[in-house]
Amino acid sequence: MTISSVLVANRGEIALRVIRACRELGLRSVAVYSDADAGAAHVRHADDAVHVGKSSAAKSYLDPDALLAAARSAGVDAVHPGYGFLSERASFARAVVDAGLVWVGPPAEVIERMGDKAAARAVAARAGVPVVPGSDELADDEAAVAAADGIGYPVLVKAAAGGGGRGIRPAGSDEELRRVVAEARREAASAFGSDVVYLERALAHPKHVEVQVLADAHGGVVHCFERDCSLQRRRQKVLEEAPAPRLDPAVRRAMCEAAVALAREVGYVGAGTVEFLLDGTEFFFIEMNTRIQVEHPVTELVTGLDLVALQLRVAAGEPLPVTQDDVTCRGAALEFRVNAEDPDDDFLPTPGEVTALDLPGGPGVRVDTAIAAGDVIPPFYDSLIGKLCVWAPDRDAALARGRRALAEYRVEGIPTTIPLHRRLLEDPAVVAGTYDITFLEGFA
Amino acid sequence: MASHTITARTPGVFYRRPTPDAEPYVADGATVAEGDTLGLIEVMKTYREVKADAGGTVSRWLVENEDEVTIGQDLVELDT
Repeated sequence: MTISSVLVANRGEIALRVIRACRELGLRSVAVYSDADAGAAHVRHADDAVHVGKSSAAKSYLDPDALLAAARSAGVDAVHPGYGFLSERASFARAVVDAGLVWVGPPAEVIERMGDKAAARAVAARAGVPVVPGSDELADDEAAVAAADGIGYPVLVKAAAGGGGRGIRPAGSDEELRRVVAEARREAASAFGSDVVYLERALAHPKHVEVQVLADAHGGVVHCFERDCSLQRRRQKVLEEAPAPRLDPAVRRAMCEAAVALAREVGYVGAGTVEFLLDGTEFFFIEMNTRIQVEHPVTELVTGLDLVALQLRVAAGEPLPVTQDDVTCRGAALEFRVNAEDPDDDFLPTPGEVTALDLPGGPGVRVDTAIAAGDVIPPFYDSLIGKLCVWAPDRDAALARGRRALAEYRVEGIPTTIPLHRRLLEDPAVVAGTYDITFLEGFA
Repeated sequence: MASHTITARTPGVFYRRPTPDAEPYVADGATVAEGDTLGLIEVMKTYREVKADAGGTVSRWLVENEDEVTIGQDLVELDT
């Protein structure tokens, strides 16, 4: 199977990123756009563009039928989903393949399996990858106490039907657990319509460390080292870096090997990310993202690989052009997510017109953005309007380069998260690399 | 009887219901108090509640469910 043209089923900076990779590989790129994006950069840069619907995401970028119709009318032979939108919807991947097109991503069954929490944990267990110690679903209070003895306190009581951090309660002793389980069951019954709960070990101050993997359809799997994405607010990543600072080399090796084992176990193909919580030197699998990620450039900067080009080549059936020994990690890279949000007003979204824009440049600076001065940021999509990435031979130099580039980055017309990043780079915990996933919630 | 119009404080997509399958926040002709939730506006993947800034009776909707709205756009008219 070869590919000569690609429908880029996304918008904004990631659509532009895929279009750039297509151009370098000699592939024709076809953009899609909603009403609000008619004049957008990804439309201007693609070889062709197809209108797919109204401004609301549900009626355009999230509409599988509209995207498939666009693929047919444009005569492409592959679909790249980017991240977000339909990138992890197994039914869309299947529909693309059923339409006789190449899906630039893992097989639909793999997306399905890794998207189901219990199934993904089972894959990890089969691959010998540790998961956060937890219980089965609990029949009663005494079963909870028995389970907690095996897991070790403190534990979290979680509603099986919950999600997004809802329905979670901590407990530190048998006595407290009996009370909390009773409360949690009552709350879960009214909030989620099911009183089924289970236990998980509570990790007080873990880091979020994730490993990039690449796999081809011929059994080749490599890791591309890790990223520390612990700086998160309400589960949204804000600043990422590679390699993870202060990570013990033996733990790094074990995490990277675990990610490769997991990718092999599930039959992965393409670019993917295996996410872990790191607690001291212990690490636990949390989930796998079966797509390219926002923060992929930091890995590109330290490895020199073009992950999006490799996605396309692997999707076309080529074997990976690199072995594990070819993949090296050099220097340090940071990514700052520039969002149309006001960090001084509870991160209120700030759609509107960018009246003036200065982008940073110079040595070791990469800016992935689809925004130009005069553009109006629509309210309908994600608030990410740019990714500033810096690379330097060591982490201290990368931090200095980040401060310099953030001083150059000027967006006028709407508040953005640039001032937050400037403050973060002055914080001792960020400078030292000791921050954990709770750090940003308390950062002013 | 005086009339009062409630406007959008952010651009985005307007919803009259908390979830697609739920009942609307308020029925046509319903009486609402100041501070009651009348709808939602989805802006950049977050949801902001549209609150009544006066009490009254819902007399006329000026937007449909799932309409795209601009900042300051008239949403609903109350008889106060």
